Amino acid sequence: MRMQNGFPIIVGLLLFIGALCTPFLVGTAVTGTYKEPELKLPANEKNCVESKEFMREQHMQLLNDWRDWALRDGKRIYTNHAGKEFTISLQNTCMKCHNNKADFCDKCHNDAAVTPYCWDCHIQPEGLK
Amino acid sequence: MNALYSLLFVFLLVLIPLFGVDAAHLRTFFGICIPVTAFIIFLIGFIYKVINWGRSDVPFRIPTTGGQFLSYDPKMFKQNKYDCPQTGAQTFVRMVLEVFAFRSLFRNTAASLHETKDGHVVAYKSSKWLWLFAILFHYSFFIVALRHLRLFLEPIPFFLKGMEFVDGLLQIGTPTMYLTDVCLIAGVVLLLGRRLIDPKINYISYASDYFPLVLILAVALSGIYMRYYAKVDVIAIKDLTMGLVTFNYHVPETIGVSFFIHVFLVSILMAYFPFSKLMHMPGIFLSPTRNLPNDTRAKHHVNPWNDPNIKAHAYADYEKEFGVPMAEAGLPLDNPENGKAPEEEA
Repeated sequence: MRMQNGFPIIVGLLLFIGALCTPFLVGTAVTGTYKEPELKLPANEKNCVESKEFMREQHMQLLNDWRDWALRDGKRIYTNHAGKEFTISLQNTCMKCHNNKADFCDKCHNDAAVTPYCWDCHIQPEGLK
Repeated sequence: MNALYSLLFVFLLVLIPLFGVDAAHLRTFFGICIPVTAFIIFLIGFIYKVINWGRSDVPFRIPTTGGQFLSYDPKMFKQNKYDCPQTGAQTFVRMVLEVFAFRSLFRNTAASLHETKDGHVVAYKSSKWLWLFAILFHYSFFIVALRHLRLFLEPIPFFLKGMEFVDGLLQIGTPTMYLTDVCLIAGVVLLLGRRLIDPKINYISYASDYFPLVLILAVALSGIYMRYYAKVDVIAIKDLTMGLVTFNYHVPETIGVSFFIHVFLVSILMAYFPFSKLMHMPGIFLSPTRNLPNDTRAKHHVNPWNDPNIKAHAYADYEKEFGVPMAEAGLPLDNPENGKAPEEEA
């Protein structure tokens, strides 16, 4: 096959395709089999503020709303979908059960490469390091 | 009309996964089969196109130039090195500026007609809008695409976290609003608006110009809708995407339909890419009007596929060969000796 400037074209093409396929190489060579992060769930409490599905998808929205309600509107009581009431507080309500940030929050946040800014204001709990 | 067709077509494309996943429960089909097939089409189509372009002949230097050629008096007429490059290095700089800074769009001029008391006057002025929209759009799209690597890599490389932080620097809402999301939408809308509003550009726009823009807009909007409004289980999605890259396919049950719409639109984009104008991505590197030095007057060009058995035939030799019939026909000869018949010589 005759190509004009074949060498740089093939090299460029290989670099591009290689970059695109890096996740496959890393996936098979480094990761092996991927497992969802395993969370340390609270021992003495089975139900969170909302259902598991809701918390998985919407917890960031809930926390954001809680912050706005508590700090800007002075509303400190949250009624969940089942009608049960909770005190709006990250450190006193959430962290009462999920008392270990490293074993709970950080697991998924690291997995999804997100850095929520909760701890810019809140005191970092035990178990960070 | 072209724009409307493109819009309608993208609406139809959104409906396919919407019904396919919600009504027909084809989760594996839309979560795995479609994206993998689209990726394979993208790879093969991309390679095929680039190789095909590489095989076509580039017999001459045909760079488009926009500046002073290296002249006989370089002091008086300074060479414009990057608009009329004459060496490989200058061409390289030109290409780098073209690829990373969209320099030729920066040089865009717009003609306009002005009414004065002496009649109409044509004016040309630099028009940077296209450059601005394009650079906004391309860089945002690139960063957005790069950010998605967090779903395809484990462990996650360090730069992705830094990128996520800078991108979400404004800390608006949760999940944090990304600057590139806003810029990407702004870029696409402006590029689309340019085609719709400017009558000259509108006149030359085809459906193949509108469709990629509308499709990319739909991709971005579906992603934004999924991230900020519908909200999905990101860890379950990472489970799926990591399954794709480790060849261990499975679709978790907890993923919402908005994810499948986003993935379907991205798959359409990937499969459409090699057959569309979007191939300007590799095409910019293979453009002979950009990537060749303008050295036709400095270097002797030998056609690479000339037959070596055919020797050059100079006019002096030609006159020697055909001097007699030329003289008979009364044609002037450089050397009158050639016009004499061999018998007379003897």
